[in-house]
Amino acid sequence: MAVDASLGGRTFPPTAPYDVTDQAVTAFAAATGTPYHRGDPAPATFPIVVAFGAMQALMVDPDVGIELHHVVHGQQKFVHERPVVVGDRLTATLTVSGLRQIAGTDIIATSSAITDGDGALVCTAEATLVHRAGA
Amino acid sequence: MADLTPATYPVTRADLVAYAEASGDHNPIHQDPEVARSVGLPDVIAHGMFTLALVARYVDEQLGEPGRISELGAKFTKPVVVPVGGTEIRVEGTWRDDRKIALRVTCGGDTVLGNPVAVLRG
Repeated sequence: MAVDASLGGRTFPPTAPYDVTDQAVTAFAAATGTPYHRGDPAPATFPIVVAFGAMQALMVDPDVGIELHHVVHGQQKFVHERPVVVGDRLTATLTVSGLRQIAGTDIIATSSAITDGDGALVCTAEATLVHRAGA
Repeated sequence: MADLTPATYPVTRADLVAYAEASGDHNPIHQDPEVARSVGLPDVIAHGMFTLALVARYVDEQLGEPGRISELGAKFTKPVVVPVGGTEIRVEGTWRDDRKIALRVTCGGDTVLGNPVAVLRG
């Protein structure tokens, strides 16, 4: 089943605030061998932790009609206004920026605005999700 | 423009378990060979975001300084299969201008990311 064509342009509610801890950044950096010392900015892809939460909310929304096992991460881009640092309180607000449906495949372009506790934009995480609808 | 020094990073299943814990992406195709095979993959594959994180690591290491990346993106064009004995991902970069690095990311000689690019803060 293809996703609902009205999904394009839809903005989802913000994710619950996520507090960036030294422990979380250390674990993220260690998993990929990235050099990190207390006080350093977080690795450039760390905001995926927050963006992923927003993407999961999209994928499990029963009104959207995505079958989780048929989703592939097609593309990802981060645009940083500033590096993420320990102590940030981050929230992601996901918008479906584009939807193309080609021969049973949904190509869902998303853009998650990641903001800090003051509401200032820290990072924009753009993800393209490829959904091959099951028979 | 000049080339950066290539780097090769070993990737093990234990790394994928650690990355799943750290990132919150617990999709079993990155950990369980049976689930991976059930969706048509030859074996467990790395998270695309794991590979992209290695690209960020590479840029940080080459610059000798974290936090300089202002933009980073790529297409996930080919899965990185991680057998029991692990695999290796090779990253090489080329300066396009004084702020932009084009990368080439391969596993076993195959390109796994499409058009990976890092842009640095001005």
